[in-house]
Amino acid sequence: MRDTSVLQRLLLQDKPGKILLGCLCGLVVLVPIFNLLVPADSFFHVPTYVVTLLGKYLCFAILALALDLIWGYCGILSLGQGAFFALGGYAMGMYLMRQIGDRGVYGNANLPDFMVFLNWQELPWYWTGFDHFGFAVLMAVLVPGVLAFVFGWLAFRSRVTGVYLSIITQALTYALMLAFFRNDMGFGGNNGLTDFKEILGCDLQSSTTRVVLFVVTVITLALSYFLCKYITISKLGRVLVSIRDAESRTRFMGYRVEHYKLLVFVISAVLAGIAGALYVPQIGIINPSEFNPLNSIEIVIWVAIGGRGTLYGAVLGALLVNYGKTYFTGGIFAEFWLFILGALFIVTTIYLPRGVVGVADNWLALRRQKRLLLAAAPVEQV
Amino acid sequence: MNISLRLLSVLLCVCVATLCRADEFADLVVKLNGDSFSEKTEAVGGLHRLDDKRVLPVLKAMQDGNLFVVAEAGQIVIGKESGEGYEVQSVLDNSPLGVRTKSQLEKIKINNGLRRELRSLVAGLELSAKDPDIRRQSAINLIKNPDESLRESVESALGGEKNQAIKSLLHVALASIDINSTDTVKRKAAVAILADAVQPEAVAMLEKVAAKDPSGHYLEADTELASTAEAALIRIQTQLGIYKFIENCFFGISLGSVLLLAAIGLAITFGVMGVINMAHGEMIMLGAYTTFAIQQLFPQWLEMSIIIAIPAAFLVSGAVGVLIERTIIRHLYGRPLETLLATFGVSLVLQQAVRSFRANNVAVITPEWMSGMWQINGALSFTFNRMYIILFSLAVLALLAFLLRKTYMGLQMRAVTQNRAMANSMGIRSGWVDALTFGLGSGIAGIAGVALSQITNVGPNMGQQYIIDSFMVVVFGGVGNLMGTFFAALSLGVVNKFLEPFAGAVLGKIIVLVFIILFIQWRPRGLFALKGRFVED
Amino acid sequence: MTQAHSAVKSILYLNGVTKTFDGFKAINNLCLDIRPGELRAIIGPNGAGKTTMMDIITGKTKPDVGEVVFRDSIDLTQHDEADIANLGIGRKFQKPTVIESLSVWENLELALAGKRNVFQTLFFRLTQAQAHRVDEILALIGLPARRDDLARNLSHGQKQWLEIGMLIIQAPQLLLVDEPAAGMTDYETMETAKLLKNISKDHSVVVVEHDMEFIRALDSRVTVLHEGSVLAEGRLDVVQKDQRVIDVYLGR
Repeated sequence: MRDTSVLQRLLLQDKPGKILLGCLCGLVVLVPIFNLLVPADSFFHVPTYVVTLLGKYLCFAILALALDLIWGYCGILSLGQGAFFALGGYAMGMYLMRQIGDRGVYGNANLPDFMVFLNWQELPWYWTGFDHFGFAVLMAVLVPGVLAFVFGWLAFRSRVTGVYLSIITQALTYALMLAFFRNDMGFGGNNGLTDFKEILGCDLQSSTTRVVLFVVTVITLALSYFLCKYITISKLGRVLVSIRDAESRTRFMGYRVEHYKLLVFVISAVLAGIAGALYVPQIGIINPSEFNPLNSIEIVIWVAIGGRGTLYGAVLGALLVNYGKTYFTGGIFAEFWLFILGALFIVTTIYLPRGVVGVADNWLALRRQKRLLLAAAPVEQV
Repeated sequence: MNISLRLLSVLLCVCVATLCRADEFADLVVKLNGDSFSEKTEAVGGLHRLDDKRVLPVLKAMQDGNLFVVAEAGQIVIGKESGEGYEVQSVLDNSPLGVRTKSQLEKIKINNGLRRELRSLVAGLELSAKDPDIRRQSAINLIKNPDESLRESVESALGGEKNQAIKSLLHVALASIDINSTDTVKRKAAVAILADAVQPEAVAMLEKVAAKDPSGHYLEADTELASTAEAALIRIQTQLGIYKFIENCFFGISLGSVLLLAAIGLAITFGVMGVINMAHGEMIMLGAYTTFAIQQLFPQWLEMSIIIAIPAAFLVSGAVGVLIERTIIRHLYGRPLETLLATFGVSLVLQQAVRSFRANNVAVITPEWMSGMWQINGALSFTFNRMYIILFSLAVLALLAFLLRKTYMGLQMRAVTQNRAMANSMGIRSGWVDALTFGLGSGIAGIAGVALSQITNVGPNMGQQYIIDSFMVVVFGGVGNLMGTFFAALSLGVVNKFLEPFAGAVLGKIIVLVFIILFIQWRPRGLFALKGRFVED
Repeated sequence: MTQAHSAVKSILYLNGVTKTFDGFKAINNLCLDIRPGELRAIIGPNGAGKTTMMDIITGKTKPDVGEVVFRDSIDLTQHDEADIANLGIGRKFQKPTVIESLSVWENLELALAGKRNVFQTLFFRLTQAQAHRVDEILALIGLPARRDDLARNLSHGQKQWLEIGMLIIQAPQLLLVDEPAAGMTDYETMETAKLLKNISKDHSVVVVEHDMEFIRALDSRVTVLHEGSVLAEGRLDVVQKDQRVIDVYLGR
């Protein structure tokens, strides 16, 4: 078993992974066909808004993967994951803002509308470069990555762990939220960045662009899954589990715990940033409420419900909870959604420590046992 | 008609003296709407001679252009602008008469001469009013708008004034009139008086006298006076600096004591029990809503409502706390991260529950004895509600420290937290102690809610504003250390206030948050860390 | 690892070490000298400072004053836990601490001597020789049959042995073993003593223990700690006759 190659373990021995990959492949092929090729009046037509909705869920799934990597495997409960997501989103939003050009309300080719409104004369220095798509993507990766590196380096070096880490990551996202709400910051204040027109010269409202963005999201999710999977099945993954279960034991084995934590924390932040960068062009707005600590805690519940420590569980949890949210907040149950969400937090932590995946596992194991028993016992009563 | 009215009034005069006077008032008031300004002036003069407490409001309203005639009824009313028109009340008995639109009312016009007359009469009436608050307010108004023509009224009022504080205000008022006179002696005396005043207006007047042109010469012809004023200004500025500092400290400490109140409960649940209660903010919210409920249930005891609300909020939040502990947290001991998530779920449910009751933002009334302020001088005043909150938070802290250190219940709590198995074997029912400890922490959060209802809006989200701050305070001060919580709360409050002028409120808050984040990296166990082997792991 | 012994005079040398917690002197002017290849037992009543001493040697706690020197030249107070582990000091905790959600085999693989760098572990591939080494240790601690079981499913004694196995596979020059016999059956205790004696042929070993039978079975030099400093040192039978030791243990 241990002689098998990494690739084999990555692809063949991971059954849920294979199912997930299958589903993603299906989505990549079917969604464009049913949206673009099937006529709009057909029963099988998938409307563009559904494509966007699915794209949004999948962005959240990437975010959930990122959190599961650090929480499920390394025991770092970051309540600031939403901040990295939002930072990635803002980087992409700034690019989209520059693409508006002189088509804004004020028709100013050099400044975004909100800066004209604030009577600013020139573009702040930190907006330079965001005219280029490549630069914006780089920043969507770099800004969350560097912030996570600096923050993580300080925190892990001083051995801030457990709930203390959770609390200060929450304070971090709270501080960022307050900062981005300020008009002086130059990120659109309260309203954030919105009214985007096009990305790389393609109209953001057109179905084709939406479908392309969706496909890119699916592929990113698949790649993120494999990255996380590779990390968790490598020896590094076992060191992470070791840190989660017995941090000081790991230290006495000679592993530099802070380096390991820092690496996965940065990877996780970068994944969150990428998810944010994919989210903004599909949703069409990014504002400071994305930094709300509530959002970051919600990510945790996706992972917890899906089943932490299993990457596919995190993806499943993100999809389930967000579908539930869309379903309930859209209908007459809108008022009950927060009750349901609150109850989910309570019930999952007390009764489903391993999430939906754990329940399914137990059920499958039980059935297998029953079948074995039945096979062993002579069948007499028919 | 006028004649018949007069006849009637004469008749009534004979009958009852008081009624006669009342009618004279009514009579004169009607004349305020006379055809000519001279008639009006006469009526004003007549009213001024009456010793009737209704006179002042009428004259003041007339001066401010708030005296109206109701179009069809001819009734004279005082109007107060409100949403869609004017809220009017009768001048005769102050009874409210509902809201009238602009077209239903006709303003009683006055001319400049009458306005001057009115101003002097109103000032005179105010300065000689029985109510010291009216006299004080009048003196302050005079300092703000010095009026040469009122000099005599001020001087005569000064002669009769017994209250020292008002007397010094009147001196300043007189000086602010005199400073603009032509008499050198008067001006010199005025500068001397203003030099001891700290009102912003007084400072502005001195600045005017001491102003220089770009080449550095006084604009004032009387250079001796100007240099005296300048010297006085320098002294006043330092004095004002000190007052500003004291005021900042006061605001800082009051902000800190709000933080302290919000954080003390958390210091128990987090510090003593190691439980992360994300629903702590909602316990504060429940306390604030309890205050509201008490005011709604017993409107007749409004003045006492806060006092009643303190134990009530403690019981309500405490009971909810015990319930949460017994149903949820009990299953999660030793798993702090899970507690964090579960209690966050509780906080969502509680918030939504409050929203479902359509109690989104309610107004909690501040009782009379808590409003108002302690005016130390023109530049420095402390509001009562903040002073009460400072005292209250200290009292709660002291009570809690006493409870934990000196009572049997506190002993049990500490025993259970330090060694559960041993405490159990000594016959302590650790389950109950856990529930009570958690209830105590939650109950104190409820008390904090009572205090917070006096200074912020009460709404379903109010708890969220405080939860992160409270955690920061507890972590900054050192978990499990009440003294640390106390120092952390006060120092954060003061630092926040001193940052505000330079950085603005929001940026100041961000700076403080970032500072704490960095501080925790430096000293992970906070300001007053417990040391020793046992705190590791 | 053993060859190095000839070159150094003392593997571990503590001199004048003091550590105070909030005014309480957990370690008070402690001096200790462990020779290469020595098996040393340390006994002492509760609160004598045994665990704090271990913490200081392994870098978990920094002493207020005093020297802690490894292999004659390395000042341990300048290093942290991971450094010290990589220098060649292994530590076994009082409470058996193994990685519960990994298999027995994976526990050993994790402890296996080798590069501890983040990226090297990310791309780590087990060599044939290393796999053999793991199987060897698995045999030594008597758990080959349970190689793929999760460590959380082991019994208490098996966890102790697994942890000792993890220590050995780390290839340290000095092993610090904290109460290995706690909670073991008599049979397991004797087996553990045998195991440690065996290990001490190639390593220097410091054992902290309460159990006198176990100490006797180790048949080694004994140091008695009391109130953070050395009370007596020598063979067990000599130490046991020391009046001060008797006083401390019987509580006068």
